[in-house]
Amino acid sequence: MYRTAKGEEIFVIDGHTHFWDGSPANQKNIHGKQFIECFYAYHSNLSPPSEKWELEKFEKYDAKTMFDDLFVTGYDDMAILQPTYLTDFYKNGFNTTERNSAMKKSHPDRFILNGAFDPRDGTKGLEDLHALSEKHKLKGVKLYTAEWRGESKGYKLTDKASYKYLEAAQKLGIKNIHVHKGPTIIPLNRDAFDVADIDDVATSFQDLNFIVEHCGLPRLDDFCWIATQETNVYAGLAVALPFIHSRPGYFAHVISELLFWVGPDKILYGSDYGIWTPKWLIDKFMAFEIPADVTKETGSVLSMETKIKILGLNAARLYGIDVEAQKKKIRAGGGYAHLPEAVHAPR
Amino acid sequence: MKGGAETADRSQHGQNHDRQAEIWACLQGVVDPELDESVTDLNFVTKADVDSENRVHIEFRLPTYWCAANFSFLMADDMRRVVSALDWVEGVSVVLGEHMYADKINAGLAQGLSFQETFGAEADGNLDDLRQTFLVKAFQRRQVALLHHLTVAGHSAEMIVSLTLMELGCLPVDDESEKLVRRYLERRAVVGPLRSDAPAFVDAEGARLKPDGFAAYVSRLRRVGVNAEFNGALCRGLLSVRFDLETPFVPTSKASSKTPDSQHVP
Repeated sequence: MYRTAKGEEIFVIDGHTHFWDGSPANQKNIHGKQFIECFYAYHSNLSPPSEKWELEKFEKYDAKTMFDDLFVTGYDDMAILQPTYLTDFYKNGFNTTERNSAMKKSHPDRFILNGAFDPRDGTKGLEDLHALSEKHKLKGVKLYTAEWRGESKGYKLTDKASYKYLEAAQKLGIKNIHVHKGPTIIPLNRDAFDVADIDDVATSFQDLNFIVEHCGLPRLDDFCWIATQETNVYAGLAVALPFIHSRPGYFAHVISELLFWVGPDKILYGSDYGIWTPKWLIDKFMAFEIPADVTKETGSVLSMETKIKILGLNAARLYGIDVEAQKKKIRAGGGYAHLPEAVHAPR
Repeated sequence: MKGGAETADRSQHGQNHDRQAEIWACLQGVVDPELDESVTDLNFVTKADVDSENRVHIEFRLPTYWCAANFSFLMADDMRRVVSALDWVEGVSVVLGEHMYADKINAGLAQGLSFQETFGAEADGNLDDLRQTFLVKAFQRRQVALLHHLTVAGHSAEMIVSLTLMELGCLPVDDESEKLVRRYLERRAVVGPLRSDAPAFVDAEGARLKPDGFAAYVSRLRRVGVNAEFNGALCRGLLSVRFDLETPFVPTSKASSKTPDSQHVP
């Protein structure tokens, strides 16, 4: 919960969090080591100095640390757990639905547990998806089109097999398809950043929502164009948002383009925890204004209303969260006990 | 005699120094296709030495272990090409360090193989399309920077789109616009022939821009520039975290990629 100086309460849904194990004990090979170190470079490069962690903590943090960082120190009210399997790099996977489900189980009102699928897993994978969906009542999945699988170095959503899985998701009521289109690993000459496949499936599956994580960076330009034309394509801000500290000028341009092309109703906040933490991200975001010269180019303004949408209302709509009811639940569970009494009546 | 030898050494040294400078100048012209910035400005190149037999040894590294193999190969190949074009050069070796495909790419480069030949079945096509895609993006980014500059300088859309290439070259300019014009012209040939009477400003398909819809066109192109600048900032940041840029580069790819249990490193 973020409270403004005027006492207005803003409900925050973090669209992108992980409960991973990148520790040496879990690393299968050099790639596992390089993968977590690459994440750590993102963390070190873009975090304010006071928010930097030691590598050891970064490799594997415990459930309490995560809970506190998100909901006690941080302003998140709810967080979406996005899995990243990487079973070729990590013995027990990096951040699987199973591992994440422990967080969900301990704090059911706080977390939304997403699953994952990989169209290259064939019929067995479809059966697994049914089982996973039944067990966890999934409303969303996270897909890594660039993930290695044996000899394959990635897939496209337009592949025949992907269609089968998307059809299955549709039947299972999994409405939110988060697709990692951002800085990624090991694309060969197939351009794993390419967002063109999103365009195709967004048209074919009108009742699914496609949340393009990391807003297509490093293909923001192509992504904006697609998102303009498809009503069911959304932008996840993870990775773009932390630039607000180290390169506010770049962030201003990016958010300004996103507002212009994608619009305020289709942008989702995400911390990408544990790469970054909600406290400083949201403090900076709430204080941020798009400079006048950038607004002059795009006409985009980051108003309070827009910030509230990005921080929570847009995700609440996608996941069917009744914000007031959810607040009551969290409050009843003592979830806001750490907050000072509201100065003014809540909005 | 001793003095003579020293003089000869010095002149040899001087020539070597000049040649090394010539190599660096060549490499300055090689860009990261995605960022449209020079590989030397980006601090990717860590070594460019000339030995006594006029063979050139280049080493480079990238912001992450995972940087796309295709782009990595493209840059290495471009470096090899520009340096080989110098008439005194007897051979060029380009070595990529600390990358997950370092050994494979280095072996391919050493044997003069193409990307496709280097990666075999893992690659599915040549790099020409990819190269072209990013040349067009570079053209667009450089064009929008120049269009923005001309607009701010008070030129109307009608005037801008009416310019021929020759007229663009003759515009009275300050240092900033001279640089923008030069950079634009370096990529203008990507989309159409460079005849002096050809329109200065054409779109990616080679059609002359029109005053109607000029502002919308500039808006669309602006995304390309914002994207490239954002990527450039990200890559510089990651590189500076990954490497201590003050310390001379020691390639460790051989050591770091040897993993008996890895299924993927050949």
